[in-house]
Amino acid sequence: MGKTLFEKVWEKHLVNLDNYPKEKEYLEDKKLLYIDLHLLHEVTSPQAFEGLRLTGRKVRKPEKTFATMDHNVPTKDRDKPVSDEISRKQMEFLKKNCLEFGVTLFDINSYDNGIVHVIGPELGLTLPGKTIVCGDSHTSTHGAFGALAFGIGTSEVEHVLATQCLIQSKPKTMRINFTGKLPKGLYAKDMILALIRKLGTAGATGYVIEYAGDAIKELSMEGRMTICNMSIEAGAKAGMIAPDQKTFDYILSRPYSPTGDKLKKAMAWWQTLKSDNDAIFDKEIELNISDLKPQITWGTSPDMVIDITETVPSPDEGLNENEKNNISRALKYTELNEKTDADKIYLDKVFIGSCTNSRIEDLREAASIIKGRKKAESVKLVLVVPGSYRVKEQAEKEGLDKIFKEAGFEWREPGCSMCLAMNDDILEPGERCASTSNRNFEGRQGKDSKTHLVSPAMAAAAAIHGHFVDIRKEI
Amino acid sequence: MKPFEKITSNICPLDISNIDTDQIIPKQFLKRVERTGFGKYLFYDWRYNKDKTENTDFNLNKPYFKNAKILLARENFGCGSSREHAPWALKDYGFEVIIASSYADIFYNNCFQNGILPIILQKDEINKLFKLIENSSENEYEVDLENQSILSLKDNTKFIFNLDKNRKEKLLKGIDDIGYTLQFEKSIVEYENSIEFF
Repeated sequence: MGKTLFEKVWEKHLVNLDNYPKEKEYLEDKKLLYIDLHLLHEVTSPQAFEGLRLTGRKVRKPEKTFATMDHNVPTKDRDKPVSDEISRKQMEFLKKNCLEFGVTLFDINSYDNGIVHVIGPELGLTLPGKTIVCGDSHTSTHGAFGALAFGIGTSEVEHVLATQCLIQSKPKTMRINFTGKLPKGLYAKDMILALIRKLGTAGATGYVIEYAGDAIKELSMEGRMTICNMSIEAGAKAGMIAPDQKTFDYILSRPYSPTGDKLKKAMAWWQTLKSDNDAIFDKEIELNISDLKPQITWGTSPDMVIDITETVPSPDEGLNENEKNNISRALKYTELNEKTDADKIYLDKVFIGSCTNSRIEDLREAASIIKGRKKAESVKLVLVVPGSYRVKEQAEKEGLDKIFKEAGFEWREPGCSMCLAMNDDILEPGERCASTSNRNFEGRQGKDSKTHLVSPAMAAAAAIHGHFVDIRKEI
Repeated sequence: MKPFEKITSNICPLDISNIDTDQIIPKQFLKRVERTGFGKYLFYDWRYNKDKTENTDFNLNKPYFKNAKILLARENFGCGSSREHAPWALKDYGFEVIIASSYADIFYNNCFQNGILPIILQKDEINKLFKLIENSSENEYEVDLENQSILSLKDNTKFIFNLDKNRKEKLLKGIDDIGYTLQFEKSIVEYENSIEFF
């Protein structure tokens, strides 16, 4: 029987425990998985380093471990000290820990700094076939390169720091075949929101998803990262896409990507990283996107999605008591009336950024919509936060920053920013935001804040009009 | 980690699906660099009103549930962020057992790392348990990990739950995962010596 892409990467990373027959039997179906790349950030790592210190353990492979600051870094006035004392403390802790344990850190003064899931690929650390973990659920992003990448908790961060391994049960496999052709004005973000709508936020729990089909092959690496990024919003452990020429073109000549003989050997293996024709998945789903319409979330869960041409649902549309309750609860929180037209939802603020949509292509899409136009008076703030210094530099080279600034948008320094609002980029109570990020949970962008998830182009257009619009009519 | 022992407590119900980690512990409290002290921020936005007074309608604030060690919820509990601050907050507050029909993967793993037992029951059993609690002002239950059971001390209603043998033993014995993995040192070194290109 053939193997799936996931199985090929999984099997390559199993530590052989034949030396320990008794323990092997005890572990039953669990395996010891070797980790090739461990990424760290300031929020989920301090307690892990503290654990090492308390037990007198070392970082086993500092050369496979890289850290960045992204979650609570300020996105402006970086020449001044960080005003929030606790954030500053957390950043200083990371610096101190990396120094003490010999881990490479890209701090906010480093050219290599940015959001962990943007800089991994950019630096050539993310490679096909690698196992990659990070104390962050959106680690699934790196699967766009054919890596097996997933988020872990802080205890597991400590575990990987100390052992470079994790004890894991083998997940199930699901293949999503995106067929058809993406219509004009639609993007990877619309594809993944449509999928989450279909699967629900727990629809892929326990599975590793492989995204396949012509529509995936057509996507750029940035688009593929957007898709894999939100695998976790469907509950999946990871999302993966088989590497192809686009992948190889992206990773070659990056600061950390392999060269010479290593590259030759790696490439020979990478060429085999695709699911065999006779591979069997535990579940297969097909989604045709030829008729897809721009997607927006209306509620407080990433699967509460509607087309731009639709209306906000009413509780009657729930299939059971539980669903009806969920809809009522979300309507109450978001202060939306049932049956409100999607394009009559008015915004206070707009956020373009996050590990989902802060790459150069995302910024190009947003800029192309607003060129020569101004943000609506009613929109108080439009934040554009590039994913990394490299993205920022490239955008400025292309003059995108000028387009944003002329439209009245704010052009900031890289970081996670308003996606989770741990820094000063936070919504005021009650404010409504169009956001290119990945979660619309209650209070996510600030207490009593209301978040609508959309593509960068949809967010930019909403900033111009003050409410959502059908982007297909704008281009 | 302390070995997990039998727990007798009333059950605090939270009749909400998809309770995410942003609700369990809002992000403004993630900046601590310790593992402790998160309990007072558990479910912060639900527990407190805008003027920071206690929201008396929220179950955790009702006198009867104040000291509950068992939390009952619905499906997909702990979805969202990987933050282990969520189980730290639950544990620090005093919860040792969670009962739900399903959990998000990362949260589920994080519970075991912190000596919290996340029990999975079928949806109809969850419904039954919610009803039992709703109709009774006394709802003392005993959670027995060894026998994988939840027993009502009032009327002896019993629920049996499944649990991976490995995880059960680690909880019962309070085994440290890292120490456990480090015993495979020889195999890990062998693997490392065989790495070709990463």
